Amino acid sequence: MKLTDLPDSRGHFGPYGGIFVAETLISALDELRIEYDRARQDPAFMAEFEYELKHYVGRPSPVYHAKRLSEQYGGAQIYLKREDLNHTGAHKINNTIGQALLARRMGKKRVIAETGAGQHGVASATVAARYGMECMVYMGAEDVARQAPNVFRMKLLGATVVPVSSGSKTLKDALNEAMRDWVTNVESTFYILGTAAGPHPYPMLVRDFQCVIGRECIEQMPELTGRQPDVVIACVGGGSNAIGIFHPYIPHENVRLIGVEAGGAGVGSGKHAATLTAGTPGVLHGFRSYLMQDENGQIIETHSISAGLDYPGVGPEHSYLKDVGRAEYVAIDDDEALAAFHDLCRFEGIIPALESSHAVAHAKKLAPTMKKDQIILVNLSGRGDKDINTVAKVSGITL
Amino acid sequence: MSRIGQTFTALKAQNRKALIPFITAGDPGKGLTVPLMHMLVEEGADIIELGVPFSDPMADGPVIQRASERALANKVGLKDVLAMTAEFRKTNTTTPVVLMGYANPVEHMGYEAFAQAAKAAGVDGVLTVDVPPEESAGVSDVFKAHGLDPIFLLSPTTPESRVEQVAAVAGGFIYYVSLKGVTGSANLDTGEVARKLAMVRKHCDLPVGVGFGIRDAATAEAVARIADAVVVGSRIISEIETAPDGECVQRVRHLVAELRRGVDAASK
Repeated sequence: MKLTDLPDSRGHFGPYGGIFVAETLISALDELRIEYDRARQDPAFMAEFEYELKHYVGRPSPVYHAKRLSEQYGGAQIYLKREDLNHTGAHKINNTIGQALLARRMGKKRVIAETGAGQHGVASATVAARYGMECMVYMGAEDVARQAPNVFRMKLLGATVVPVSSGSKTLKDALNEAMRDWVTNVESTFYILGTAAGPHPYPMLVRDFQCVIGRECIEQMPELTGRQPDVVIACVGGGSNAIGIFHPYIPHENVRLIGVEAGGAGVGSGKHAATLTAGTPGVLHGFRSYLMQDENGQIIETHSISAGLDYPGVGPEHSYLKDVGRAEYVAIDDDEALAAFHDLCRFEGIIPALESSHAVAHAKKLAPTMKKDQIILVNLSGRGDKDINTVAKVSGITL
Repeated sequence: MSRIGQTFTALKAQNRKALIPFITAGDPGKGLTVPLMHMLVEEGADIIELGVPFSDPMADGPVIQRASERALANKVGLKDVLAMTAEFRKTNTTTPVVLMGYANPVEHMGYEAFAQAAKAAGVDGVLTVDVPPEESAGVSDVFKAHGLDPIFLLSPTTPESRVEQVAAVAGGFIYYVSLKGVTGSANLDTGEVARKLAMVRKHCDLPVGVGFGIRDAATAEAVARIADAVVVGSRIISEIETAPDGECVQRVRHLVAELRRGVDAASK
């Protein structure tokens, strides 16, 4: 099977992916798979999705030549795919619009979502308001505390935010709780999963909705530079922005694809979220993939300055792309990400999300090793307004 | 015939139904699990379901999740659960033990290595709640090859067309989840469960146990009238959770005795 034809009919990317859920959810996932299959072959559905992306989200998002940053880093030219300019400030809305349209098509009036940094929660609350649906967002209690502005945004948009206090009180626990809600209310409720992970068909459908990012780049890069980039870099938590820009580039064999994971306090310290860099395969949240786990197969708490990357698993397609060597995965620690955050603020007038700052930080390392006429395309997956409190705090400033 | 099969055959000959209590291994303390298991048998448990602690018990409600968290805090992992089973087997060679848990700890040990170790420890059946038949190809075979019964779930949302597919790979008994939702949910509609069980039995010869929503003698009796086995989990864990120090075994003893009376009342 060709890489671009994956997953197979049961959601497998090689040994990864699949459907690892309790029996009660099987029929709901079947229903979703069948309905998505119909929807994507329905021109009216796809036309509405594209209309919404253009007129509500503001797509296509531009690609921007970060000249001053490129000069500063010395070496390759750095281009930024500006997903931060989307409505709600990140790539997450591409997916939530697609899933909300599916929910409406399936007659579900209630949507639920999990969120880490709050970007997916905001994007879900936004589309729920846009299409008149009830929305409940599960968020780890620790993330509720460190992402207060996004919590308030979700409430303004009419969503109910439920803090989750079990386990490590972060994204993975929010995901557990959302799954529990879904299993209880499976007939009335659509679960808007925020990343290209979870049981099949989620990794596939989230990827498909996010692939608009990469498809636009494939048109925009030749217009701007006369060719495709040498390297594409994106941050990877669950991996939806990365798979969205990587996937359309998979057949472009000369384009290097690099995913950047959260190195936290350093991969050697054990306090990180670099799943593909330091994890091993296992089963969590409905799919098989690389995981952060201990010697008993228990999931380990992860650490990152960026709530959106603080997840012990990773989308199954990334695991497969790593194993077959089509994509590379590296880790960037908190300090490197923060330095890149400040670089982009000062040299380009762009405040990036801390998640996206990890991708910029790797460009900072790579650019000086490349020639001035080479091109790095960075997916700037979100804007950083939500992170200013975190950045102020580590700088010892009280806002 | 497996120990689980023998148990159901013997119960059927006596026109009785099975009581299957669930406890999480290592909760409330590492040293209490084996004494709890023996006590469960004394009070009339026919099969013991032993929960393997997992950090992310997605299909469980807050009560069993907290039991898992307590067990993990006591540093109890899958190897410890196998050791506890082996310890239990030193003095009990008749009561089947079913391990119930999630895929990852088993996957991490390796299915073949796990099956060998589980059999050696005296485990009889294994239920990995997040491994449906679609993903169990090979796994069920490994379990069966080692004489372990692979237990599978059916639920109110399982379509009739799927029951046969589940029955084809299942062993021991079928665990029918009586409610949508996670463990520990309320409100059991036995009429609805009875209709569903009649459908299940058309496609499946295995005994059917029913769990979720059973909390006292009355609900145990109602379920025992329609099912082959009554599974009780969250209610027992609640008792363990709220018992004052030192009274846990005694408190659970009273509850299980009550449940046993309920189950037996259905046979009268």
